[in-house]
Amino acid sequence: MKKIFIFTGLVALMPVFVTSGSVLNLVVMILYATLLGQAWNILAGFGGQFSFGHAVFFGTGAYASAVLQAKFGWNAWAALPAAIALGAAAGAFIGALSFRYGLRGSYFALVTLAFAEVFRVLANNVPFTGMGVGLMLKLEPGARNFQLERAGFLYVILAFVVIALLISHWLKHSRYGAWLQAVRDNEAAASALGVNVFRVKLGAIMLSAALMAAGGVFYVQYFQYIDPSIAYGPAVSIEALLGPIVGGLGSVWGPVLGALVLNLLGETTRGLVENAPGVNLIVYGVVLVAMISFLPRGLAGTLRGLKR
Amino acid sequence: MNKRRQFLLNTTALAASSALPLGVRAQTPIKVGVLHPVTGFLAYSGNLSRLGATMAIEDINKAGGIKSLGGARLQALLGDAQSQPQAGVAEVEKMNEAGVSAVVGAYASAICLATTQAAAKYNLPHIVDVGVADQIVERGLKNTFRFGPGYKTVTEASIAQLHVLNTVAGKPAKTVMIVHEESLFGTGTANLLSQQLPALGLEVKEVIKHANPTRDFSNIVLRIKAVNPDILIPANYYNEYALLVRTLRQQGVQPKAIYSVLGGAASSYKFVKEFADAANGVLDVNHWFNPKDKRAWALKKRVDAMPDQFFTYEVYMNYTALHLLADAIERARSAKREDILRSLESSKWSGHVMPYGPTQFVNGQNIGAAPLMMQVQKNDIKVVLPREYRESEPVFPWKA
Amino acid sequence: MFEFGIVFSAILNGLTQGAVYALIALGLTLIYGVLHIINFAHGAALMMALYGVYFLQRSFGLDPYVSLVVMVPLMFAAGYAAYRWVIGRASHGKDENILLVTLGLAIVLENLALFLWKSDTRTIETGWTYKMVPIGPALLPLPKVLAFAGALAVAAVLLFFIKKSDLGRAIRACAKERQGARLVGIDVEHVFAMSFGIGLACLGAAACFLLPAYYVNPTVGNGFVLVAFTIVVLGGMGSFAGALAGGLLIGVVESLGGLWFGESLGQMGIFLIFIAVLLFRPQGLFKA
Repeated sequence: MKKIFIFTGLVALMPVFVTSGSVLNLVVMILYATLLGQAWNILAGFGGQFSFGHAVFFGTGAYASAVLQAKFGWNAWAALPAAIALGAAAGAFIGALSFRYGLRGSYFALVTLAFAEVFRVLANNVPFTGMGVGLMLKLEPGARNFQLERAGFLYVILAFVVIALLISHWLKHSRYGAWLQAVRDNEAAASALGVNVFRVKLGAIMLSAALMAAGGVFYVQYFQYIDPSIAYGPAVSIEALLGPIVGGLGSVWGPVLGALVLNLLGETTRGLVENAPGVNLIVYGVVLVAMISFLPRGLAGTLRGLKR
Repeated sequence: MNKRRQFLLNTTALAASSALPLGVRAQTPIKVGVLHPVTGFLAYSGNLSRLGATMAIEDINKAGGIKSLGGARLQALLGDAQSQPQAGVAEVEKMNEAGVSAVVGAYASAICLATTQAAAKYNLPHIVDVGVADQIVERGLKNTFRFGPGYKTVTEASIAQLHVLNTVAGKPAKTVMIVHEESLFGTGTANLLSQQLPALGLEVKEVIKHANPTRDFSNIVLRIKAVNPDILIPANYYNEYALLVRTLRQQGVQPKAIYSVLGGAASSYKFVKEFADAANGVLDVNHWFNPKDKRAWALKKRVDAMPDQFFTYEVYMNYTALHLLADAIERARSAKREDILRSLESSKWSGHVMPYGPTQFVNGQNIGAAPLMMQVQKNDIKVVLPREYRESEPVFPWKA
Repeated sequence: MFEFGIVFSAILNGLTQGAVYALIALGLTLIYGVLHIINFAHGAALMMALYGVYFLQRSFGLDPYVSLVVMVPLMFAAGYAAYRWVIGRASHGKDENILLVTLGLAIVLENLALFLWKSDTRTIETGWTYKMVPIGPALLPLPKVLAFAGALAVAAVLLFFIKKSDLGRAIRACAKERQGARLVGIDVEHVFAMSFGIGLACLGAAACFLLPAYYVNPTVGNGFVLVAFTIVVLGGMGSFAGALAGGLLIGVVESLGGLWFGESLGQMGIFLIFIAVLLFRPQGLFKA
């Protein structure tokens, strides 16, 4: 808990001391990636259910917020809880279906991928989402419209991340969290011990989906535009899983470390070899493979190992 | 530019520079952000866009830089938008911090929406090179300037010109079928066409939407065969367009005309070169240079001489965008952002190779911007409409 | 739309398109069935193979079907090496790590292609491109008919190989029971590498049949990955017959779905089937 306080304090002070727009933007993007990773980590790291299509919850939250604002004139802040609720509902739907039929491991991963694609095609064909054209939010800067200054956005995403940190901390130390981790480690044994496996997993996916949806809402407010491939495409799903795996699955700080390292890696490679597009991403990919190769337990796992 | 103008420019530059003390001769360069998706799925267009921009900066500097600022040179700060808005925004932030006077880019509409907004925070002038979505200039952002036409302008022009084409030929076409890609540009174009074509006596028999990418057009062509429209209107990107046209040829389907609107491949020299037989006869209403302007042909020659490069709209629209900026800086006599903004707002620049006439920005849109109609004839692309830019008579309906 | 001629043609189109999907899925199902890894780099590997076929034609004038002789062994070698020295080493056997390694490889390959060959879309034209084969009311391009024949041939070869050869038996053993196989003296890492190599060799064949009817650019692989996974699951992970049948089935579903519900919405048919199979019959429609 102490770590969470220190972290919050440090990041909250950043806008005071840092004026560089690009550094602050980087911090916001790192926090955003962290949130996505934390959401994924709840289901995968703590729950042991790997999802390849987590964008399905992100997109639902994003579209919910965008549609409520653009088509029904809702206030952005009012749309936030509605979008989160809708995201959780999507989690409940997909979770209920998948867990009821006992999908696990790669099968579960692939079914989430399929759902993300289904939603993507739907979004492309259903009129109220604007279809392929996407939805643009009207530019109305102001705190009451959730269209803030950079520092404002930083505090909002920080708040989301802190909530996710608290949830992760709770999962590590609570009874529910113990059930969840038991299911992850050995579902049959957990069931034999009386854990309601279905309910526990359902709870985890709903929690995970809710946080993902919050990330979607944030994206829409920050970039003011959403379309089916941004909302439900593989980019978000991949971003959500990269951080926790690199940073350390099933740990509270894993997603934070992972998002930090990956984004910094992206930034440092970005400037490389300007005139040869693609080289920077080759380096990124190579470093990624190297990291997995030498740090198989993720950063957090390795750090913990070093401590002992 | 002709020899006399070049000579005058050179001597003026020489005179101006020699009037300054030697120490001041080397002016601080004016930094310009050149932002395009050079990796990811838009890489092809992004790289061509970057080519146009960097060629322009080279030419501007070779011609003496910004004369009113003592020959100050333009310096390109290259950025990669990685085919997604997130990366584009990050680059704008970096460019802003590097002290750019303006940003040119970012090719794709979705990316442009985000980058123009990010630039607006810093009152940073952002010239949109291509990005055809009309929302880009409809948000009231004072820093956004689009030199070329938006898709509404292009589509409306295409409708008007199709009407002319059909009427002059004695109205041989009565039915139309639209095949469009599913994202912003395809859907928007198809919607406008569906709404307005019936009023011109053209029945829209069917509208087919397809994904990006589409792996196979056999069934779409089957439908086209079954519906047998007089005119087929494709609105998609290069890869799909090429596959579609090839499949049409394989199946022996030949409508009276293939009339594209912002056709992905139709007005592409690369397409004409690689799909010679299938390409002939295709009509396209698209971005194009002024065929009556010798400078455009000189530019084309230079690009053709580069290995594996083609003189596409990405190249010359960026080329002109940079020159638009240079002219604005020149008239502003300053590299400061507010001054450039004001200068762009009042721009009347006509020293370009596009068929737009003198520039005039209204709410960030150059209202003179318009597309041209081209037709592929004898393995070459010729402008057929409007008359003032005509290189060749349109052949409508097309006989193989 | 329901006229016999059109439906018949659509079905045939679906079969030929499905054959290409099957060729891609055959390799993936082997890799998944034996190594239990979801190979995120499959699309990128296909892309590399397509470039291989392209350059063999451009630089040496080799017809894509002749290139089979070159591409299949080449891709096999690449796959073996990739597994032995990169994937096997880097993942330390953990599933989530293999995922990231293949993902990282995909990023590297895609951008390497971008760097080396730029982003231009490249196509080839052969003497066969515009030759058509009439079957009843349908008109099929020759390259597609050849692809169909190719898929059947490759599937047959694989089936024969896995059932009759020693390596095939070893592969089946490793797939079923890793530890046990090790205990009886099978060099499991070698078998895994061979399997990965064969999986990629299938992609080499797929590329030879695909390029004449399609094109190549650095991001071309992405469009096939999802469909390939669907087929692998549909056919039963590790089943060649399943991958073939699944591929053909998906091709037909995609074709008819596109015909009746629109190309965009029709894509959903594939994924709905995917979900249905995963929920109600995850072992696939056919036994492994």
